[in-house]
Amino acid sequence: MWAEFSLTHAWLIPLLPASAFVLISFFLLSSPWLASRLAIVAMGSSFLLALGAAAAVLTQGITVEAPFVMKTVWFSMPGLSVDMGVLVDPIAATLLFVVTLITLLVLIYSTGYMAGDPGYCRFFAFISLFAASMLGLVIATNFLQMFVFWELVGLCSYLLIGFYFFKVSAREAGKKAFMTTRIGDFGLLLGILLLQITFRTLDFAELAVKVPAYVAENGAASLTFIAILIFIGPVAKSGQFPLHVWLPDAMEGPTPVSALIHAATMVVAGVYLIARSFAIFSVLPGALTVIAWLGVFTALFAAFIALTQREIKRILAFSTISQLGFMMLALGVGSLTSSMFHLMTHAFFKALLFLGAGSVLHALHDQADIFQMGGLRKSMPATCLMMGTAVLAIAGIPPFAGFFSKDEILVAAAHVSTPIYLLASLAAFMTAFYMARLFILTFLGKPNPHNHPHESGLSMLVPMGVLAVLSVVGGIIPFAMGFGEWVRFGPAHHAGIDWAVAGASTVISLLGFALAWYIYGGGHTRSNDLTIKTGALYTWSFNKCYVDEIYQWFNRTFVGGLARLSFWIDIHALGAVVDNAWRGTGAAGSEMRRLQTGQMQQYAAVMLSATVVLVILLAALTGSLVKGGQI
Amino acid sequence: MIGLSHYLLVSAALFGLGLFGLLTKRNLIAVLMSIELMLNSVNINLVAFSRYTAADASAGQVFSLFIIAVAAAEVAVGLALAYAIYRGRGTVSVDEIDWLKW
Amino acid sequence: MSLPILSMILFAPIVGVAVITCLPQTAGRMIKMVAGGAMWVCFFLASLMFVNYDWRVGGVQFIEQLAWLPDAGASYSLGVDGISAPLTLLMSVVGLSGIYSSWRIDKRIKEYFILFLLLVAGVAGAFVARDLLLFLLFYEVVVIPMYILIVVWGSTKRVTKEYAGMKLVIYLLIGSGFMLAGVFMLYVLANPAGQRTFDMTVLSQIGQSGVIPEKQQIVSFFLMMLGFATLASMWPFHYWSPDGHAGAPTAVSMVHAGLLKKLGAYGLLRVGLLMVPVGFKFWAPMMAAFGMMSVIYAAFICLTQSDMKYMVGFSSVSHMGYIVIGIATADVIGLNGAVANMFAHGIMTALFFSMIGHVYNTAHTRDIKDLGGLAHQMPKAAVGFMIAGMASLGLPGLLSFVAEFTIFTGTFATYPVVAVLAISGIILTALYVLRALADVLFGPRLTKWDALPDLKAPEMVPLVLLAAFLIGFGMFPSLLMNVINSGIEPLTPLLVKIKTAATLCGGL
Repeated sequence: MWAEFSLTHAWLIPLLPASAFVLISFFLLSSPWLASRLAIVAMGSSFLLALGAAAAVLTQGITVEAPFVMKTVWFSMPGLSVDMGVLVDPIAATLLFVVTLITLLVLIYSTGYMAGDPGYCRFFAFISLFAASMLGLVIATNFLQMFVFWELVGLCSYLLIGFYFFKVSAREAGKKAFMTTRIGDFGLLLGILLLQITFRTLDFAELAVKVPAYVAENGAASLTFIAILIFIGPVAKSGQFPLHVWLPDAMEGPTPVSALIHAATMVVAGVYLIARSFAIFSVLPGALTVIAWLGVFTALFAAFIALTQREIKRILAFSTISQLGFMMLALGVGSLTSSMFHLMTHAFFKALLFLGAGSVLHALHDQADIFQMGGLRKSMPATCLMMGTAVLAIAGIPPFAGFFSKDEILVAAAHVSTPIYLLASLAAFMTAFYMARLFILTFLGKPNPHNHPHESGLSMLVPMGVLAVLSVVGGIIPFAMGFGEWVRFGPAHHAGIDWAVAGASTVISLLGFALAWYIYGGGHTRSNDLTIKTGALYTWSFNKCYVDEIYQWFNRTFVGGLARLSFWIDIHALGAVVDNAWRGTGAAGSEMRRLQTGQMQQYAAVMLSATVVLVILLAALTGSLVKGGQI
Repeated sequence: MIGLSHYLLVSAALFGLGLFGLLTKRNLIAVLMSIELMLNSVNINLVAFSRYTAADASAGQVFSLFIIAVAAAEVAVGLALAYAIYRGRGTVSVDEIDWLKW
Repeated sequence: MSLPILSMILFAPIVGVAVITCLPQTAGRMIKMVAGGAMWVCFFLASLMFVNYDWRVGGVQFIEQLAWLPDAGASYSLGVDGISAPLTLLMSVVGLSGIYSSWRIDKRIKEYFILFLLLVAGVAGAFVARDLLLFLLFYEVVVIPMYILIVVWGSTKRVTKEYAGMKLVIYLLIGSGFMLAGVFMLYVLANPAGQRTFDMTVLSQIGQSGVIPEKQQIVSFFLMMLGFATLASMWPFHYWSPDGHAGAPTAVSMVHAGLLKKLGAYGLLRVGLLMVPVGFKFWAPMMAAFGMMSVIYAAFICLTQSDMKYMVGFSSVSHMGYIVIGIATADVIGLNGAVANMFAHGIMTALFFSMIGHVYNTAHTRDIKDLGGLAHQMPKAAVGFMIAGMASLGLPGLLSFVAEFTIFTGTFATYPVVAVLAISGIILTALYVLRALADVLFGPRLTKWDALPDLKAPEMVPLVLLAAFLIGFGMFPSLLMNVINSGIEPLTPLLVKIKTAATLCGGL
């Protein structure tokens, strides 16, 4: 009953947080308690509906091939008809569950973390708006609806990253996020438009049929181009190289924002888009290859940079980029199941990592450099325990959640391409290493006497606890319950463990831990020596491979140059035509007025000559000169 | 015999004299006198034509009477203007009366 | 509706002028209230008209006709169809918002509001006219009040207000001159002497039936395009616009960008496309290319401007580029998008200028370099800026997105290269809008602006009204798109014919 209601009223899931946003913005901006409770109630209700929808999917046997769809026309004209609607299938249900749950937990956490902030109510309003947009994106039935909510999610990200808008760094970070994702949106929009004019529809279900048919007839070349254009959107949104640059700066936002948006929800929108339209991508091997290689490159690239970063949230940001690379690579090797599985488990442990980082930052009054931390396990035992759980999960140690999802990805990669598998394993090694580095430097060792930490309150610890539990069991339970039979594309996947790959990956992760312990375990001396020895490599990694600097140079030189050139042309070339026209007219006028000499006799002479000329002309024209007068 | 063409020649000569005076005389009064000459030449022209060619002999003569009246009025106004200019600016030399210019 | 609602809409501002003329110079508040009252009536009537427009039936509705110059074939003929109904509504909304944005005028209030209401009445007449001579009459009426308004109440920044006003008026009049030549060419060629008419419906039928020879159509449209495209600020005929914006007072800029430019685009559509289609087809590729240049060129220039009004002025040139491209596609989808964007951009730019006007009135500077952190002192204005900025970017949820997406869809099918380049404009737009928003609104609180008041009641009216339209139609676009489509869909046979027809030189 509840399941059935949730399914047919799935449009309530985004609507409830949207209403919370409207109510808070118009009426509750001065009532912090009411605003936060309203947001939490709305989100809680959405969560219950999401659970109901998921239950409905399971009980009614809704599959990816036969989803539940409800839609209505948004606007239409001959040749272009755009719908808005609800699509629920196992993939959507997974995301609905993850988004509503994590948002709810983050909202509860924020009642403690953001307490006392003058923008408290604004925060809850924006988070609600964000949740509404993200949920609208998840249930989208067609590319345009998804694009609409995609951009709205980007707007919320801009508003939330720039939440502390009085800080120049925050406002610049928000701008950067919006701009970078806009570049991605440009590619995505082009792809969508090409799809529209080729197939006259943007509906996922219809395209799932039409595109494979088209490719079977006409070959994959033109469609691959369109698919890659569409992929550019996720490249920006999900932080793939080279449009990843906004993610690390996005840490300017409050930590709950980082946990929610930049770990668990918004950034996976790109992965979700590809998953949602996987029917198109699966018949375009060229596109999949690009996705896979870019994914694995991103995973390695970001992990490389994370090795040397010192700010706790920045390490986590690059870790997110790296894990998103894993999710993309999973899609690229054709395994929708492992990608979605990793999306879910990553949401749990990454959100937990960020919330834990928030807890640490809260306690240390925003001291973010992990090299200034240490020994926090004594003063913040709960946080330490939960962060440790998350580290084990992300490193893929069995039986924690990350093990199952990452293992699936590695297995899928191994089946398709050995180089990708090896590179992915290398990235996994680096992941284990830098996460262990973070944990060791923050929680183990001797406490820094400058810090006076205290454990965080219950409002912050309880959500973290929930996530910690999910990081432990959030892998094994879906695995055992047959995640791969529901969330899949194509024939069902058996739930089995490839012990060779699993064993290898566990050993790799443990090696990563061991290396981290060796370098950082006993104080900073070994790490300092290593920093000096690795010299250039270290500098490259620490400076994020200078990608930001390259972009800024490009912006200043080309964009700025073209802008200044256009303005110059406007004033001096186009403008010169107009301005010289009026100056010329004026000059001509000045010259011509000299004809008015005031000399009466001159005027009379002119009149005489004109009359003579006119008479001659008239006579010539009418022929009377020739005829001869009758005089 | 004395025919129409003789009268026309005389009137043309008078007109030419008047025109020459209009265009070249320096004194404003002389210009006015030249204008009078031109008007009178036109009168001769009209009367000659009415005598030699027109069906209704009175048409041209009536027209000349009109012209005489108008010429008189115009000279009156012109001389009044000339006097006003002389009183205001102290000159009736056409070369110097060029204030309505750029 | 048996009420002559269009005449009432047209005469509401004129009655306002008449009443204000009788008021004494010193009754400032009374004058403003009368002006506001006149525009509220106009807005109310226009909304009534829009809601009652039956889009299922389509065609020209609310027709009124009176004899005017029967010998010339001109009559006082009013009517709206799917294209002009939304534009009439736009006129009333922007006009009303303009009145409230002018609430702080304190110099020669009476003359100001008389001229402003005349300006709005001119625009109203042009949109509802069904007689070509009436349309031309109102087209010319709008230009002169602009001059006086700019020269007396404007501001001198990079150029003097006298230069800005003079340039705007003369440039537009030159354009109108060419346009009149083209229109009269059409008038003379359409019918033999004695049977000539200015009726738009009849002229459209004649124009589309091929009575007028091709070469003449090409020349006629070229002349018309020079005029209409100038008013629509199509590159390279846009030079009058940025200085005109910067030199003008707030409400005049709102009308300039929000209404006048749409008038030019409307003329291209109503007179150009419908009455000389062959000529239109010949010049369409060039118009599309120039429209694209407008988009990109003006967007680049926006990046260099530090005066906000110059930035928004160039931005309106850029957005009009999209509209010109949409019209040039001669495609059902493209035209739908173009008309929708006329409405959307009109509202958006009015909102932007209104907010800038408030900042300028209180801070006495519009320079981005001087301003900063204004979100601290004026949060409501900041919200207004954000909504306008996001609409400029084409954020979904606001009407501009629907309009721009529709234009892109239509353009891609007809001129793919132009489409790709024009769409890249969304990146540039984001660049300059975000830069402006960040530098003006966000950042540390600057104590020198602490005394600035936030929006009070009169300035809130434009914000609420314009934002409501942007968001309302953005979330429920069919309310607008259905009406527009009912005006464009009947043109399908003509558009198909244009696409397949061969012309003299095969187009450019």
